[in-house]
Amino acid sequence: MSTQNQFNWKKAIQLGAIAGIVGILIALVGMVETFDKRDIVAGAISMGWTMLLLTVLVAGYFSASHQTSNLFRLSASGITGLIFSLIMSLLALLVENFDLRQTLVNASPQLIRILTFENGIPNGLISLIAITTIFGILGGVLYVTPSKIRKAISLGLSIVVLLGLLEDIIQVTLAGLGGASSALAWMFGRGAQSGLSITGAIVVFVVVTASNLLWDVNAPKINSQVEKMPANRQRSLRVLGYGLIILVVLYLPTLLGLYLTEVVNVTGLFILMGLGLNIVVGFAGLLDLGYVAFYAIGAYAVGVLTTLSGELSTSLGWNFWLALPVCIFLCVMAGVVLGIPVLNMRGDYLAIVTLGFGEIIRILALSDFLKPHIGGSQGIVNIPAPEFLGVLLNKPQTLYYLIVAGCILALFISQRLRDSRLGRSWKAMREDEDVAQAMGINLVATKLLAFATGAAFSGLSGTILAVKLGTIYPHSFALLISINVLSLIIVGGMGSIPGVFVGGLLLAGMPELLREFAEYRLLIYGALLVVMMQVRPEGFWPEETHKRELHENEHIPAQEATS
Amino acid sequence: MQSLKRFNWTDVFMWVVGAALLILTIIGSYLTLQQGKYTTVQWFDLAVFGLAQGSVYALIALGYTLVYGILRMINFAHGEIFMSGAYLGYFVATSMQRSGFMQENPLLGIALIFLTAMTTSAILAAILERIAYRPLRGAPRLVPLITAIGASFFLQYVFRGLFGTQNRAYPEIAYIQGAIPLFGNFQIQKIQLIVIIAAAVMMAALAFFVQYTKTGKAMRAVSEDKSVAALMGIDVDKIITRTFVIGAALAGAAGVLYCFMFRIVTFYMGFIPGLKAFTSAVLGGIGNPPGAMLGGLFLGIFESLGPTLFLDGLGIPAPYQLKDVIAFTMLVMILIFRPTGILGERLSKTKA
Repeated sequence: MSTQNQFNWKKAIQLGAIAGIVGILIALVGMVETFDKRDIVAGAISMGWTMLLLTVLVAGYFSASHQTSNLFRLSASGITGLIFSLIMSLLALLVENFDLRQTLVNASPQLIRILTFENGIPNGLISLIAITTIFGILGGVLYVTPSKIRKAISLGLSIVVLLGLLEDIIQVTLAGLGGASSALAWMFGRGAQSGLSITGAIVVFVVVTASNLLWDVNAPKINSQVEKMPANRQRSLRVLGYGLIILVVLYLPTLLGLYLTEVVNVTGLFILMGLGLNIVVGFAGLLDLGYVAFYAIGAYAVGVLTTLSGELSTSLGWNFWLALPVCIFLCVMAGVVLGIPVLNMRGDYLAIVTLGFGEIIRILALSDFLKPHIGGSQGIVNIPAPEFLGVLLNKPQTLYYLIVAGCILALFISQRLRDSRLGRSWKAMREDEDVAQAMGINLVATKLLAFATGAAFSGLSGTILAVKLGTIYPHSFALLISINVLSLIIVGGMGSIPGVFVGGLLLAGMPELLREFAEYRLLIYGALLVVMMQVRPEGFWPEETHKRELHENEHIPAQEATS
Repeated sequence: MQSLKRFNWTDVFMWVVGAALLILTIIGSYLTLQQGKYTTVQWFDLAVFGLAQGSVYALIALGYTLVYGILRMINFAHGEIFMSGAYLGYFVATSMQRSGFMQENPLLGIALIFLTAMTTSAILAAILERIAYRPLRGAPRLVPLITAIGASFFLQYVFRGLFGTQNRAYPEIAYIQGAIPLFGNFQIQKIQLIVIIAAAVMMAALAFFVQYTKTGKAMRAVSEDKSVAALMGIDVDKIITRTFVIGAALAGAAGVLYCFMFRIVTFYMGFIPGLKAFTSAVLGGIGNPPGAMLGGLFLGIFESLGPTLFLDGLGIPAPYQLKDVIAFTMLVMILIFRPTGILGERLSKTKA
């Protein structure tokens, strides 16, 4: 009785303190300062502040969730916000009065200026406390509002943040379209300011929120209407959809311009690797941390075979299209050779040993020992661009098609393998090796095929990278690439093919667009991996949905099994 | 039962590779020794350096082994725990050096560095365990491993953000500089001697702790069987936290010793030593503290002598660049041909 109606002080204070520590970390790591240059809404709020406010908003939300009545909820979130603001003020005071820069490089006067809204210590602190407390309470309000409205509001806010972040890219891209640029001028403001204009932000927020609410109301109706259509109409609708997608994919480079196409290309290379690692980790459950080795082997193979520089002892000057199958074959063989030693290892051991392989390959590439053959630390230069039907694939816009072709090929192969006998063996092995073996699955062959397929995709990605850059260095193949790709498939959902695309866009595409993020890329990835494993280990686009679809009509898998 | 196993071509492949590497090693060593490019004094210096480096590996490896023994998980972020201790120890060391405290009370100063480093590492490990690992007890094995990888990178880049990207030079503590002459031309660097002795003392202390104290006994009980230990009235969560803390304190101390030897502090300094320490733990038999010590020393010496001894004779230029290759190759070979390590039980196949 008494615990039911009491105010939960402990949780409110605890969450405030946690949020405060996170806030201090964000500030001292330098994110607030770095991201302050990028405004979300011009003159009103920067990306740096957005991160702090988001922290307190989330803390307020969770603080409210621990209380029993609405009044308690709002006051608890208020207290959480207040504690957060007090901790941040303390930080500002500390940085103001002591020179910490020898140790903490980001504890700079600039940080205080940002935290106090350029108003100096006593006055600015009041606005700091007021604003963060209000955001804490807003977190509580968000908890109290019905879930449909909450969802719509969060979506609206996310879109505003996203548009604000990508403002300069959108501007540059649309600048060529004449009419559109003037239409968008009011939204983004004129001149050199970054971020949305205030009216633009409000309009975007209202439109997105309202349309999301409307969609929520009307979606069942539209869906049922589509279902009521005759079968051939449905099919033509689907064909139309696919046609549209193909058209967009084909015209993307002309639509996007040079810079964005380059971003898409990098993302594409990561997606290609992700599709490969998805087979190894997602399907077969073999945690491979040395995946970059095959990327390197592919790139180096194409480099050695096609380079025109003549500095290597073995430069053959082959044509790219002749070298490509050889390189992929080499990668497949490398996958098998590096797979054999780890056949009997599981879990953690496999991870460490593959990581060791990745490092061995990189160190060998870097060493003086192999320098005459693969260039050592100077790498391989002067790798010619491939030619296709008389078109030299040396610009992002033309290379794009090569990468898309690679992705589509990998996508097709993964899609077909997933439901094949081999794919099902992989999944059986992932669930339990011993049981899978008892069911008659040849573990050796199944594992090696997983490694080989994964290696082929990664190698393909590597070959394209080599001709894309024209030069390869050992340091392009650091362990971080493996970690990037692993993060990508975990965030998307292990074993889920669309998940690879989601992860690729989020983790490879976004950081390319937001150059300030580059410095914090791995910090964010690390945090993301930890948080994902706790909150949503299945990823954003989990494979489970596919399983659920299969369960709706149970007879389909049964038929497959007998065939 | 081993003899009844089906004949397998992959095993043959591995035996051939293993034999080839062994033969190469022997030929290489023979040629190097025959050429006589290096004097006995040089070999001795290399061996002592290897022993000192190995002591550091052994101290870190203990953290891996203790945690693995209890949780059956590889704490991938352990290298970063090591780095955190080294970093905070560095700040204390520089401030003491600048204020002149270090020159007046060198012993007290060094003790303070150790205290700071060990406390930092211990606190960080306790937080990490509480936030990242504890909620995942009983999750599938891949989940805590991926969490640990994430935590490792997160910590690395948090330190990078907090303290900057530059490599920082560790202050030169006059008290521990210089060399002690032995017989003939032989001498031993004071620092290396200190590192070896300090590591030996700490390992002895740990062995005593695990064997005779109540917490140590509880740790062993938990590593045998968590649920039975809980029935015996042991607070399993508390013991796990303590295990993390003890391992981390040792790693923090190792961080200080490492800095004494190499005199450089960076945010990524924990990664490679962490991997090496893991290799040591596997080498000695993971889950087995004496094994970790032995493995660390062995790896240290192997890595220090190996490149020169094995590769120089084969005419490979700059063999020192390949020392990590030797270490990793050895890890792979051990996991294949003797997964139990020197002293351990067979874990990599069955329980892993």
